[in-house]
Amino acid sequence: MNDKNKIIAGLVIFFLVLLFPFWFNLIFGAADASTAPEPKLTDKAKEAETCVAETDHMRTEHMQILDQWRDIVVRDGKRVYVAENGKEYEASLSNTCMDCHSNKEEFCDSCHNYTSVDPYCWDCHTYPEETK
Amino acid sequence: MNTAYLYSLIAVVLLGLLAYIGAEAAGLEVLFGVIIPYLALIVFLVGFANKMLDWGKSAVPFRITTTSGQQKSLPWIKHNRFDSPFTNGQVVVRMLLEILLFRSLFKNTRTGFAKDNQHITYKWVLWLWLFALMFHYSFFVVAVRHLRFFAEPVPFFVSFLEQIDGMLQILLPNLFISGVVLLAGASLLLLRRVFLPKLVYISRPADYFPLFLIIGIAVTGLMMRYISKVDVVRIKELTMGLATLQPSIPEGGISGLFYVHFFFVCILVAYIPFSKLMHMGGIFLSPTRNMANNSRAKRHVNPWNYPVKTHTYEEYEEDFRDKMIEAGLPVEKE
Repeated sequence: MNDKNKIIAGLVIFFLVLLFPFWFNLIFGAADASTAPEPKLTDKAKEAETCVAETDHMRTEHMQILDQWRDIVVRDGKRVYVAENGKEYEASLSNTCMDCHSNKEEFCDSCHNYTSVDPYCWDCHTYPEETK
Repeated sequence: MNTAYLYSLIAVVLLGLLAYIGAEAAGLEVLFGVIIPYLALIVFLVGFANKMLDWGKSAVPFRITTTSGQQKSLPWIKHNRFDSPFTNGQVVVRMLLEILLFRSLFKNTRTGFAKDNQHITYKWVLWLWLFALMFHYSFFVVAVRHLRFFAEPVPFFVSFLEQIDGMLQILLPNLFISGVVLLAGASLLLLRRVFLPKLVYISRPADYFPLFLIIGIAVTGLMMRYISKVDVVRIKELTMGLATLQPSIPEGGISGLFYVHFFFVCILVAYIPFSKLMHMGGIFLSPTRNMANNSRAKRHVNPWNYPVKTHTYEEYEEDFRDKMIEAGLPVEKE
């Protein structure tokens, strides 16, 4: 049996599938795909300077804080969250987070879409209309 | 303590430490984030193609199909089409069943003594098949899901797969079933080789090393998602740089845990062509599976048969007829 051609055909198909990211990004990709989107801050957020925690901490742990807030509000009825720096905040996604970060599309969605994260926050919560 | 798995475990731990220290303390992000990944990919592509083409050169002159069913013969004898395939179509079905459903593992039996301790019995054992299915399919789903880091925009099938994989909607970030099943599958396959004496006896470091490595990949991956969070956006910046051939290390840095995970993956990818993991390509070339069992119906001539010098009886008689008649021996032609 001489199946060299079949083996080469199989190899070519396998490598094409394997190298999907390379040709996909070349054909369909955005030109600036390797530069991550920078979440835009509203004027109000810039003024406040600090969020409920350090920026780096917020970048990686914000979902945990929101999860914790949901539990203390819904299960324990405590609506006040005391941050690391001693400041008190109302534990509320719509009223606290989105008060400063009212630009969901430019703030939340920019990173979520980039990393294909589909949080179910807004299955229940409403968000302020984008100001155009 | 069994040295075979001890060495493999130590090797994996050392590799992990190497990447962690290299990225966190020594500032070798470019080495672990750009150079090693590209090298690993090149080693994989060249090594894989080389191995397959080398195997393709092997001589397979005869049909050496392993059969576990009745071959095609007389019309009133029922032919088992997929356990003793006769046509190429049946071979394709047999191969698909093997590759997608691991049918030969499904037929696994364990030999042992019956309760009376006198008779040998063969028990149908499905654990290996089950663990292998869990492991391979979850690994596949996990690999496809990782395309979200290597494609922008994220293709529809990746988001679709994420929705199905995360359908439990528990934990935060949303739990992906495949990640847990992958760790469970790989761990169970490892435990087989640690606790079953017959398997320990036939296991070498090369059997334990990939398992430990994959467990390491799964553990670091799950840790980054659920326990010690990493900055996913920066990671995607790095991986997209790799995928668009404009590599760069994102500003602000990424946790060392990511580099451990990434280094493990690079080691695994580069290790595949030189190890038992080549079964991913080798299964297609299994001569006992990929040939039709039709030697009774079709003549398969050995392709490198050389012309053999023959001297037939007719020629012999031609040469010695006169002498044969003289000696009174019977001849076919007078």
